[in-house]
Amino acid sequence: MEIKKNRKVRLNRGREYWRGMNLVLKNPLTTFGLGVIILLIATALLAPYLAPYPDQGRGLSNLKERLVSPCFRHPFGTDNLGRDILSRIIFGARISLKAAIAVVLIVIAIGVPLGLIAGYFGGKIDEIIMRFADMILAFPSLLLAIAIVASMGPNLLNALIAVSIPWWPWYTRLVRSQVVSLKEMQFVESARAIGVSNLRIMFRHILPNCLSPIIVQATLDMGYIILFLSSLGFLGLGTQPPAADWGVMVSDGREFFLEQWWISTFSGAAIFVTVFAFNLLGDGAREALDPKIRWRFQRT
Amino acid sequence: MVRYVIRRLMWLVLVLLGLCAITFILSRIVPSDPAACYLGPRPRPEQVEKVRVQLGFDKPLYIQFAYYLRDLSHGDLGESLRTHRPVLQGIWEHLPASLELMIIGIFIALLVGIPLGVISAKKENTAVDHLSRLFSVANVSMPAFWLAMIFQIVFFRWLGILPIMGRIDTVVSLVSPVKEITGFYTLDTLITGNWAAFKSALSHLVLPSLSLAAYSTGLIARMTRSTMLEVLREDYITTARAIGVSEREILFVQALRNALGPTLTTAGLCFAFMLTGTFFVEIIFSWPGLGTYTTNAIFLNDYPVIMGVTILMAMFYVAVNLLVDLLLAVADPRIRLG
Repeated sequence: MEIKKNRKVRLNRGREYWRGMNLVLKNPLTTFGLGVIILLIATALLAPYLAPYPDQGRGLSNLKERLVSPCFRHPFGTDNLGRDILSRIIFGARISLKAAIAVVLIVIAIGVPLGLIAGYFGGKIDEIIMRFADMILAFPSLLLAIAIVASMGPNLLNALIAVSIPWWPWYTRLVRSQVVSLKEMQFVESARAIGVSNLRIMFRHILPNCLSPIIVQATLDMGYIILFLSSLGFLGLGTQPPAADWGVMVSDGREFFLEQWWISTFSGAAIFVTVFAFNLLGDGAREALDPKIRWRFQRT
Repeated sequence: MVRYVIRRLMWLVLVLLGLCAITFILSRIVPSDPAACYLGPRPRPEQVEKVRVQLGFDKPLYIQFAYYLRDLSHGDLGESLRTHRPVLQGIWEHLPASLELMIIGIFIALLVGIPLGVISAKKENTAVDHLSRLFSVANVSMPAFWLAMIFQIVFFRWLGILPIMGRIDTVVSLVSPVKEITGFYTLDTLITGNWAAFKSALSHLVLPSLSLAAYSTGLIARMTRSTMLEVLREDYITTARAIGVSEREILFVQALRNALGPTLTTAGLCFAFMLTGTFFVEIIFSWPGLGTYTTNAIFLNDYPVIMGVTILMAMFYVAVNLLVDLLLAVADPRIRLG
């Protein structure tokens, strides 16, 4: 009797949460993805302590040891300026994650309020915002991003803006679809009845209720954003040297890579493993949350 | 149906106008002087002034934009600031090389992706299924430029069996030159019976098209699997099994036919996406296609080329989307376009 009661209390408190978590972690691949991501975040946070040559990770060259092949002292070898590839990759994790988080924040800052407005007010405003969003989604997004950076000049800030422009409409759509059903709920009606302002209803009453799909979507998008940003970096349109961006490193190694294969191979592998992990996690999460949802067409 | 097409076409025009406006504004915010760009290194100030007036760069931005739109409606995309040749001509010369790569790429993706998806759905939650899903996710997560480089190391450096640069071997092209008819080297050499060049062109295509196909293969396999899973649970499949139709026919004929719709939509979009994908593959393989043409323009600040390519690619992209929707409606009477 005693045990049963306790169990019930615990279930009630976190039932939804645990069910979701269990479903996600039931698949070993998803768990693997989550593990890699946690490792990656830890690496990014502890970069100066983990990297064997932190100064080289930040860009200091060491011309005495140029193009050393992988060995005990440099497990992934060194590049043409003698910098330890492993250290560069570890510092690159910082840049990739920071940039991806920045894009997610920009996209949320633009997409979510627009979605709230469109869904809450409906009518003409809704029509204008959603048509505009559709228009942007009709372009091939990587091409749009390339065109934007190419025109504005290549640097990290412009790359972040260029990736965000084709991306925010997804969030506007997501939030709008939530708001449209939420605004008919009783708590919104009650709030309106006692005279709460529209702005307050939108941000204090409706927004908290659509937070979890936004967070899930943002997590899932991280992988794609990292791939996107490193593609821009590879073209020389993203992060500029001497910062250690994975895409830039692959491109730097291209000059030597038939002989000195390690530079491009290992930095590209870092991109691959990261995106792979995010996609595995995203795949599992999507399946657990809604088996009906098709894999949303990825934007490359 | 006709009304639907008209509405979609009008939407297309609107989309393109928006795109033109965005790229046009962006390309003019930058502090680079197109007139100086046009003249090359170290122009004299009075020359720059003359060209500025001649090309209309002295006019306000909205008038320049109006001029651009006027020329565009006549199919004139302007001329390159560097080479002083019409942009449209440049695109036209570089397009076949990219298209050839893309067509072979999408065929590879369909040939590998569909069977993979079908088998994966048939063996749901077995080791085979897990492996094939892992393969799909890996394909989607791979940066194309990195995969291309790995291919080069393995097949050129280590095994030495496949070439990695350009569309055709230089010696072969000198001994038995390719007569350009369609611009697709494999097709042209086949038509003229130029076997040596055909073999060379084909071997040059293998690695680039495989690198380009990887992403689409994963996506198509994935989409086929999920629709096949749905279709296989339907009653008519059970009926087919009950009356003794062979399992192979059920899978690849009865079920696949109904699962093909979403797969083909995906394939259409993949094909359109490949246009941007070729940028990366072409750089690695020195493939003289649209990607090479555009990336060169990007670094030279050649904005008429950047704009022209962007607009044409967006047009292609939207048109492929429309075409796929229409094809599906024709193929499947359950779909009504409204």
